[in-house]
Amino acid sequence: MTITSRKARIDKLAENGDAGVSLVASAWRRLRRSPVFLVGAAIIVAFVLIALLSPLLAPHDPSATLLLDQVSKAQNKIPDPQPGYPLGGDDQGRDFLSRLLIGSQQTLMVGVLATLFGLAGGLVLGTLAGALSGWVDTVVMRIVDVMLSIPSILLAVSIAALFVHPNQYTVIVAVAIVQIPVFARLLRGSMLAQRASDHVLAARALGVKPGAIVFRHMLPNSLSPVIVQATIVLATSIIDAAALSFLGLGNPDDSVPEWGSMLGRSQGLLDSHPELSFWPACCIIVVALGFTLCGESLRDALDPKNRR
Amino acid sequence: MLRYTVRRLGQLVLVVLVLSLLIFAWLHSLPGGPVSALLGERATPESTRALTIQLGLDQPIFVQYWKFLLRALSGDFGVSLGVQPGASVVDVFLTRFPATIELSVCAIILAIVFGIPLGYLAARRRGGWFDNLSIGASLIGVAVPVFFLAFLLKYIFAVKLGILPSLGRQDAIDATRVTGFFVLDGLLTQEWDASLNALKHLILPSIALATIPFAVIFRITRAAVLDVQDEDYVRTAESKGLTTRVIRARHVLRNAMLPVVTTIGLQTGALLAGAVLTEGVFNFPGVGDALATGFRQHDYPMLEMLVLVAAIVYVLVNLLVDLSYALIDPRVRAK
Repeated sequence: MTITSRKARIDKLAENGDAGVSLVASAWRRLRRSPVFLVGAAIIVAFVLIALLSPLLAPHDPSATLLLDQVSKAQNKIPDPQPGYPLGGDDQGRDFLSRLLIGSQQTLMVGVLATLFGLAGGLVLGTLAGALSGWVDTVVMRIVDVMLSIPSILLAVSIAALFVHPNQYTVIVAVAIVQIPVFARLLRGSMLAQRASDHVLAARALGVKPGAIVFRHMLPNSLSPVIVQATIVLATSIIDAAALSFLGLGNPDDSVPEWGSMLGRSQGLLDSHPELSFWPACCIIVVALGFTLCGESLRDALDPKNRR
Repeated sequence: MLRYTVRRLGQLVLVVLVLSLLIFAWLHSLPGGPVSALLGERATPESTRALTIQLGLDQPIFVQYWKFLLRALSGDFGVSLGVQPGASVVDVFLTRFPATIELSVCAIILAIVFGIPLGYLAARRRGGWFDNLSIGASLIGVAVPVFFLAFLLKYIFAVKLGILPSLGRQDAIDATRVTGFFVLDGLLTQEWDASLNALKHLILPSIALATIPFAVIFRITRAAVLDVQDEDYVRTAESKGLTTRVIRARHVLRNAMLPVVTTIGLQTGALLAGAVLTEGVFNFPGVGDALATGFRQHDYPMLEMLVLVAAIVYVLVNLLVDLSYALIDPRVRAK
């Protein structure tokens, strides 16, 4: 075999690509074909669209007590479905359909903000622990362990109880803080695995600065379990917020609707008016399912074991 | 093994100390601090000052914490304000704790009895309709808010169909109390009716409480069995000509159980949190109901003890899990 033919063969190999595919690219390729992901993504897209367009879709003002004359506390009556009000009214005579539609906005905000806060806290703590090790690691992980030693709902409830004037943001903070230790733990675990890996050793041998090793080599490669967790937390934070308002620690002002507080507040009326709980519950379940499906398929797709 | 246990117990003491510090700090940072928490709207400047001195809140913060610790160690957590006004917090706890234990045991048994076999079956029929159906069900199970599920169960089975009781631990029947565990009491005194009645009251709450642990145990079992059945040692066992039954029982299931045991432990610890959301729905007089009521009515002495106990139970359960891990897996023991 002559040198030129060998060269040509190598060139051809390079062209026809058994070129490496990045993990993200191969994950995306698998995701596009996964029915689980497609269903989840469709639910999320629909949810976000409804949240964005709800001011246009909602037939009435969600906080106006338009049907107040049909509400009777004594006879336990709420407005029935009627022309112009397809789902009737709630216990304060507000249009129920409009509240459900507009409620998607606050619900989306609770989910996204709580996840972002939790993620940010977890990223800081996890990076500190994973990158610095030594006593920093010990201190951070002890804090995390203590936070994890209180069952999550209980911790969220305890934090929510600390606020003098509860509003939707205190709910978000309470739900978010509970997520911090989980994120921190996950990130630290995968950072430690990265630290022991060959490419980090190579970077260190080449004299790359420690900061660059952490932020350009270790952190980006450690993120996939954290991203998966974040997708799932989007679902659980909405459910947790509902639990807080069920326990009476949610946002006391319900003029701006949110599914969690609509569900939590309507439990007392469940025996006589199950539909008041049923609709927000359905919305929450479907949206939570959407995020969970995405998270699960993302987990599978990002798992190097499933890579072909 | 002994050294490991001792070291873990040492860590436990440390965690409990930090927790007590946290709960102390928490009580002091509640809106208005403990005094206004105790007095509520009845607060006047005089009564506030009197109570501040009575509670020792005018003393340095370290002295206060030390007194709080001593008090907690001697089992004195004060008097309940809202849950059962006037009763000692410890007494309230002691009458309610058996109820929650009974409920939690039922729930975790349900979750295990259904979760592990179904998870195993789903893994064996990977990709089949049974697998897909049960995965879908478990995903929905996690997405449903627990308290809503509890209401739904109560509404359907107790209110509409009327086949199961909806409230309390037992109907008002003549039953001798021995241990505080109503089902057990009935068995001990041979009052079968009382036992059966208490058991009926447990069905709906424990189903509601069991959904999330069930879904999690199911999924972990399935994943673990899938992981294990492709391992080299399973292939080795097959090529040695072992029977399928032996391979499944001794090689696949036993190794797959490791993560499942951890999960069962974690879920058992988290049951108390679930109880906070379900017990109230069924008027089930347990610790979870006391916590929920305590938060609603600002019964801080009650909460102080319950949160501490909940955390200790949770940490203890985790310790037991780690120890049982060492029993099941010789590799862990060797380290």
